[in-house]
Amino acid sequence: MADATPATTDTAVAIAEAVRSGERSAREVLDTHLAAIDAREGEIHAFNLVLADEARAAADEIDRRVAAGEDPGPLAGVPVALKDNLCTRGVATTCSSKILEGWEPPYDATVVRRLADAGAVVVGKANLDEFAMGSSTENSAFGPTRNPRDTTKVPGGSSGGSTAAVAAGFAAVGLGSDTGGSIRQPAALCGVVGMKPTYGRVSRYGLVAFASSLDQIGPLTHTVADTARVLEVIGGHDPADTTSIPEAMPALESVLGDGVAGLRVGVVRELMGEGIAPDVAARVREAAEVLAAAGAEVGEASVPAVTYGLSAYYLIAPAEASSNLSRYDGVRYGLRVDAPTTPEMNLASRTAGFGAEVKRRIMLGTYALSAGYYDAYYGKAQKVRTLIIRDFAAAYESFDLLLAPTSPTTAFPLGAKVSDPLTMYLNDICTIPSNLAGQPAVSVPFGAGDDGLPVGVQLLAPALAEAPLLRAAAVLEEGAPS
Amino acid sequence: MTESGSRRGADEGGTKQWELVVGLEVHCELATATKLFCGCPNQFGAEPNTNVCPVCLGLPGSLPVLNRQAVEFAMRLGRALHCTVEPSTFARKNYFYPDMPKDYQVSQYDQPINAEGHLDLPSGQRIGIERAHLEEDTGKSTHVGGGGRIHEAGHSLVDYNRAGVPLVEIVGRPDLRSSEDAKAYAAELRAILLATGVSDAKMEEGSMRVDANVSVRHPGEEFGTRCEIKNLNSLRSLGRAIDYEARRQIDLIEAGERVIQQTRHWDEADGRTHTLRSKEEAYDYRYFPEPDLVPVVPSAEWLAEVEASVPTLPAERREAVAEAAGVTPADAALVVERGLDGLVLAAIAAGADPLRVLTHADHNLAVEGADALDPRALAELVTMEADGALTATQAKTVLAEMVAGGGSPAEIAGAKGFEAVSADALGDVVDGIIAANADEWDRYVNGDDKTRGKLTGFFVGQVMRATQGNADGKAVTALLEQRRGG
Amino acid sequence: MPQKITRDDVAHVADLARLALSDDELEQFTGQLAAVLDHAADVEALDVADVPPTSHPVPLENVLRDDVVTPSLDRAEVLAQAPAVEDDRFRVPPSLGQEP
Repeated sequence: MADATPATTDTAVAIAEAVRSGERSAREVLDTHLAAIDAREGEIHAFNLVLADEARAAADEIDRRVAAGEDPGPLAGVPVALKDNLCTRGVATTCSSKILEGWEPPYDATVVRRLADAGAVVVGKANLDEFAMGSSTENSAFGPTRNPRDTTKVPGGSSGGSTAAVAAGFAAVGLGSDTGGSIRQPAALCGVVGMKPTYGRVSRYGLVAFASSLDQIGPLTHTVADTARVLEVIGGHDPADTTSIPEAMPALESVLGDGVAGLRVGVVRELMGEGIAPDVAARVREAAEVLAAAGAEVGEASVPAVTYGLSAYYLIAPAEASSNLSRYDGVRYGLRVDAPTTPEMNLASRTAGFGAEVKRRIMLGTYALSAGYYDAYYGKAQKVRTLIIRDFAAAYESFDLLLAPTSPTTAFPLGAKVSDPLTMYLNDICTIPSNLAGQPAVSVPFGAGDDGLPVGVQLLAPALAEAPLLRAAAVLEEGAPS
Repeated sequence: MTESGSRRGADEGGTKQWELVVGLEVHCELATATKLFCGCPNQFGAEPNTNVCPVCLGLPGSLPVLNRQAVEFAMRLGRALHCTVEPSTFARKNYFYPDMPKDYQVSQYDQPINAEGHLDLPSGQRIGIERAHLEEDTGKSTHVGGGGRIHEAGHSLVDYNRAGVPLVEIVGRPDLRSSEDAKAYAAELRAILLATGVSDAKMEEGSMRVDANVSVRHPGEEFGTRCEIKNLNSLRSLGRAIDYEARRQIDLIEAGERVIQQTRHWDEADGRTHTLRSKEEAYDYRYFPEPDLVPVVPSAEWLAEVEASVPTLPAERREAVAEAAGVTPADAALVVERGLDGLVLAAIAAGADPLRVLTHADHNLAVEGADALDPRALAELVTMEADGALTATQAKTVLAEMVAGGGSPAEIAGAKGFEAVSADALGDVVDGIIAANADEWDRYVNGDDKTRGKLTGFFVGQVMRATQGNADGKAVTALLEQRRGG
Repeated sequence: MPQKITRDDVAHVADLARLALSDDELEQFTGQLAAVLDHAADVEALDVADVPPTSHPVPLENVLRDDVVTPSLDRAEVLAQAPAVEDDRFRVPPSLGQEP
């Protein structure tokens, strides 16, 4: 059951160049992926919605443009799975929640527009933990997604649908969102590359908000080169997002071969001890050796405040979520449960529309912000955030990049942690610090655990340092155990 | 101090008088082309739900981007209210309400753009301004069925055209001591809003909305428990509501009860305030920094530009007129409110009698186009009137013509046949009338005051008829008295 | 450190958040929230009095747009998503004096 081979692992770069040159048709590429979906989607449940007809029309249009001598763009004909919290005009966007079932946004997210402009073909809206709250994709109102490498295991989450779609060959590229590890952790568990860019690098316009100061969209791909290419397409300034970074996106794909000679890489001591499975820690140490062999100066780094990351995160993220999710009130769109007064209607609609984990986080966040508790909880968590940023800054005086596990363990069985929220939250211990600090991090597949399931190692970099980060990721990809 | 309050306190055996304490919170919509966080038109009276987009509808995934013009208007208003402009941030104020698309309001909370200013009333009284901050407006509900009142409505219909319109909330200190002062404060604030061009400040359209915090106390004591009065749609409502609320609170205290801190709704029809919500039910707004927006930190250059855009303010303009005309600033209030102070000052500078100029500006120039009058022509008219070349009535007629079509007062007077009746000529006319009405003159000379009063009217009328109205009634009366005495 | 979260706290918070909880859910959520808040006790214990809070991970300021009208949405498209519509407006039950 483990290591089921995907139907196609064609990379985005290979597909796009083949389509652009006329060597392959976008339609043929798409049909290969649709066939994979037909074969295994019933088992995996990566998608809330498969857009086969729309995708065929889009692929045919790409082929028409190629035939007419046009260049459809750097992602020409590349099949993409969109996490179902990315708004698509006229196409249901549910966040895997009953409260948004049937809602069709009247606009496209900025990333959706940029993908389309680059020639990508959207094959479907991918499953997620409801409103991206979870680490296993079991908190979906429409049922869990299974890990294509072992369908008794979770794919991780919350971007489990997008990740599984890539791992199963349903799409060459997935877009996810990462608030506390929701791209990197499933990437590790499913054996693909997953990246959270610097906060503000990719426009959040059209990403349904979970925790606004932490959310960041990023790619899930087969290769580091695919990640670089997708990021160059979706990244860069967007005037529709106030928090969008004004600096231009640096060249990524063209520098991937530059290697790591001279780069200083620190293994984060605080993320290598308690709670990290020995087989995962062993892969991280091996990854450090690979980097050292490629010319990097590898040492041990200390970022003491990261140990407070989980606590700070589980105050900040629910607080922002409690506010972001207030708008689901049954008035303007989505689910309404009728009641005699508006307050009762709000209550009935929200009670029926949200699942248990979403309710739990709304409650936690409401409590953390409520009168008398703000300073003790939310206020203090914001200060811890400052400490984490300071400690990272201190570490980056001695190192260019940091290395750590992505997930403390390999993929765990469905149902194993769902009844114990805190245990589930501990999955995010290695990924959360980058979100709190707003810094980029990437998970690269690096061998397997004792159970034969994929292990991901995580590279972290200072804000805006996506280029050296991906250079090192490419070295790890090259040197990973086969 | 309310009249009712002070009388009750003094007359009904109370040993101490009551003092009224009022602070106003004023929301005004800024006169931008677009909303605070999106490019939808900021427009009153459009078809329902036509000026809406993902941002102002609070659709999932949408994000706000701050309107530069709204920030500049807020800063300009802040400077006009003598506030310091501060680095500011936005926060979310969380509460459920169907008019509010996101179920939170984006507002400035602990770091407002304008802090600590003041406003001078025409009376010279200085009222403190705690802050003037930016926030977004809500949509608008229409209550259907059940008589249309909020408590009785069968259901409500929501239009989000107003949602996201930029507001500045001006929080005044509780420095006001009467409903008259409160009205004067609101009127003065409105004048500043208009003078700075940041808002059209129409209370009836809701682009200027006033909430009053009212409490009573005995002078010198701590502030009493306050109630906030909402739904004040005119200056008259403001005054009535404050007076009603003060009396309600005094009655409660004098009856041995206590005032409960609450929000109350003014009902213009029945002239009362009604409980909307008590402090016990008050919302826990769970303010926290708005993560989708970043701080506004005005540079020195930007502040200087804003400073330069602040016009001369009504208080300064009243001072200028008062000084030039030798009157009090309060006497100059009307011409400043009408925007005629420039004209008045120029006419005075051109040599016109200041009080006559002010009189015309107050009584005869409340018309479109008055501010375009040539001040030298106005000065000329006033001088003709002062010299007796025109009667007051004639001067008014000529002035109306000047406003409507321009031209010199002498030419207009000539064209209308307003021939100057010289003092000598008028004396001759009066003597002729006396001679022709000997009986009446006899009774005028020898009768009592009442008789003389009646006959004054008779003689003035005769002189007017003889001069086709070109005589000055006061001059005729003076001549009659002179003839009687001589 | 604040008192341990109680059932009453959870009920109050549910009310603020417009969520209805059954007795069982109330019990379960109280325990689960207490566990998460217990874990946050390490943050509680930190002395961070002199540390400024971070509300935005990437420091930006004065991000502003020009006051220029952009197209609004088509009303029919907007109202098509609404649970109830009357006279081109969103229909809701009465609010009964909940106005803030």
